[in-house]
Amino acid sequence: MRIIVDMDRCQDHGQCVFAAPEVFQINPAGRLEYTAEPDDELREAVEEAADVCPLQAITIED
Amino acid sequence: MIIGVDGARDRPGVVVAGAAMGGLRAAEQLRAAGWTGPVTVVGDERHMPYNRPPLSKEVLAGEVSHAAVAFRTRASVADVTWRLGTAVAAADLTERRVTLADGSTLPYAGLVVATGIRPRRLNCPGPRGGRHVVRTLDDAQALRGELRAGRRLVVIGAGFIGCEVAATARGLGMEVTIVAPESEPMLRPLGERLGAALRRRHEARGVTFRLGRTIDRFLGGADGAGNGHGDDDRATGVVLDDASTVPADVVVEAVGSVPNTEWLAGNGLDLSDGVVCDALLRVEGRPDVVAVGDIARFPNPRYDAVARRVEHWSVPTDSAKRAARTLAAQLTGGAVDETPFAPLPTFWSDQYAERLQSFGAPGLGAADIRLLEGELDADCVVGYHHADGRLVGIVALGGGAAVAAARYRGALAAHA
Repeated sequence: MRIIVDMDRCQDHGQCVFAAPEVFQINPAGRLEYTAEPDDELREAVEEAADVCPLQAITIED
Repeated sequence: MIIGVDGARDRPGVVVAGAAMGGLRAAEQLRAAGWTGPVTVVGDERHMPYNRPPLSKEVLAGEVSHAAVAFRTRASVADVTWRLGTAVAAADLTERRVTLADGSTLPYAGLVVATGIRPRRLNCPGPRGGRHVVRTLDDAQALRGELRAGRRLVVIGAGFIGCEVAATARGLGMEVTIVAPESEPMLRPLGERLGAALRRRHEARGVTFRLGRTIDRFLGGADGAGNGHGDDDRATGVVLDDASTVPADVVVEAVGSVPNTEWLAGNGLDLSDGVVCDALLRVEGRPDVVAVGDIARFPNPRYDAVARRVEHWSVPTDSAKRAARTLAAQLTGGAVDETPFAPLPTFWSDQYAERLQSFGAPGLGAADIRLLEGELDADCVVGYHHADGRLVGIVALGGGAAVAAARYRGALAAHA
């Protein structure tokens, strides 16, 4: 599983952080950081994160 | 337009009525919940499901295509049949059958009600032309062609859509007036003080408010007021209930919504405000029918036992997940999870460069509203408390609103 976040779209809502905190974090500067190739057992949380992104900026590739 | 194989011909599967966000999420979550039978999604729009928040912002401000706002769809729904451009017209919940606007019928084993809402229209005398709503991509694209610098826009309604359209139009250099019956914009979710702060932000950017006022009629057309558009059926302004007038080149009506429930008539359901659901999102008395999204009127045990519709962006996704699990278990003979649906509400709004971010249910905390951080006319966090003193919602406003609001989310999510 590979995650791609379109950082041009991302507006730092942070909803992905609540859905998959192991994968997505907001850094002290208020910007999103994420693990691009997380463990497959986190798939459900990552799918949830992609669903709840208001900008729909997260895509998942297998 | 039919995309895919119409599985319903072989054996009844799940029919999802409504092909917007809620319908898509329901299809995806049925697959995630283990339903492998046929799924047919029916919707009146010709577009595959797309994200609506950009409609009042980016889509009005520039050339934005369907592709730019379309939802990604999971691989698991590749075998779903999409019947787009065809509304559901009727349903017989006893015979388990829906009838489409083209006269065809679809039998079902399970039904997902996801037909959502449509904008309420004003029923005032006067021309109908030049009056817009913003609900669908087609609506927004039609309005975009009318928004030009120097033209006068009257926005009727001061809720989310009205305020966002006003902000976008100011950004395009239009003259903007908001007319609404409430005392402040976004009064119901925000309350008087934060609503006033939001108004001041709009006023600082040149928006004029006519609050506490309603529309008596639209000017133009047959009343003889020349409109300069060569179009007798075009509104050229509004007459308010104090007999004052506001001229307009374009009018946007953002005065609330009407649930699309007419097709469910005749089945003995309470359709007075959406579709009444139980705590597992089953439609009253119908274990094989669930509802998701704006149309679903469900209790949230975080707060009380009152069933309410919630028109937040997060609701279609949250409710589809729960409703699909309920329906898949019912259809496959699995154990139905009796844990009540208890989502943490959240909403946001972007106006100018300002973010407004909420968690919880501020509308239920009007008894005691307190400034928790900052200043109302700068970055701030406002807390909304139930009569028993419990914090039930927060709203953060300003550049750092997302981060500020996030600090309170844990506390608001904790007590269910």
